[in-house]
Amino acid sequence: MPMPVRCAAAVETERASAAAETADPDVPWITLVHNDPVNLMSYVAYVFQSYFGFSEAKANQLMLDVHHKGRAVVSSGTREEMERDVQAMHGYGLWATLRQDR
Amino acid sequence: MGRYFEAADGGAAASFDEFEAELLRAYAEHMIEFIDAREGTGGTAEDLIASAFSEGPTELPGDPALARLFPDAYTDLGPDSVVDGIDAAAASAEFRRYTEHDLRARKRDDAQAVIRSLEALAPEGEERATLHLKPEECRQWLGALNDLRLVLASRLEIVEDEDFEELLELPDDDPRSPLVLTYGWLTALQDTLVEALMQSL
Repeated sequence: MPMPVRCAAAVETERASAAAETADPDVPWITLVHNDPVNLMSYVAYVFQSYFGFSEAKANQLMLDVHHKGRAVVSSGTREEMERDVQAMHGYGLWATLRQDR
Repeated sequence: MGRYFEAADGGAAASFDEFEAELLRAYAEHMIEFIDAREGTGGTAEDLIASAFSEGPTELPGDPALARLFPDAYTDLGPDSVVDGIDAAAASAEFRRYTEHDLRARKRDDAQAVIRSLEALAPEGEERATLHLKPEECRQWLGALNDLRLVLASRLEIVEDEDFEELLELPDDDPRSPLVLTYGWLTALQDTLVEALMQSL
């Protein structure tokens, strides 16, 4: 899976230790991608395929969810993992946020 | 070769005349200045060294176009609205402090890749020269085209999906017309580039 986003390893280490204090590890975090009038449907599907490695069908479905419902959950996991995904989405110019899934 | 991208040798190709190449190069240069103006970081050696030893900014940019390029990562933490004793604004500030330098560097690199390609191409007059992009260059071009469209859309106040179509109805002498045309052109370039790249995914 190509990952053209530059991640700073040192920063990640520092972040991981800060986030390790998270009180409730059982509640997963999610990455949300939000609809906007600029990002092309083709581009959003491309990003989902190339960054997350989703199949064309899954990428298109998520892209359509973003388009019609205003947002879609594109990944879930630890807070650090979701921060990485959000950072990557911002790198591509998509509007993404993370939150705890409860 | 047409004026929009087509798949070629695992990457993509499109042709540009001098006016188009100059226009896009100028936009990419403005993009770098715009990104660098954030927090006053410039492209000089001193600025780069200073940025390596400083933490990133923590505030959402005041300019709406910059705010779209560098959005908050946390707008809502869920029903509890506070996690680890901090709220969404504090979590966003923390995230921004550690990530915005890298995000800015990526956007600058992408814009620079566009400038490099177009300077090397250097078409003359109306004669079209064909630009070949390797896969990695395609990804950088996609990022740069997307960033430029985000900024233009912000300036044109495109907030709903239908807004661009309404802008196409503007009279020719409207001051926004040139930006609207450029936005449409960049959209077509990006869309055809995605399509070309998808063929090689």
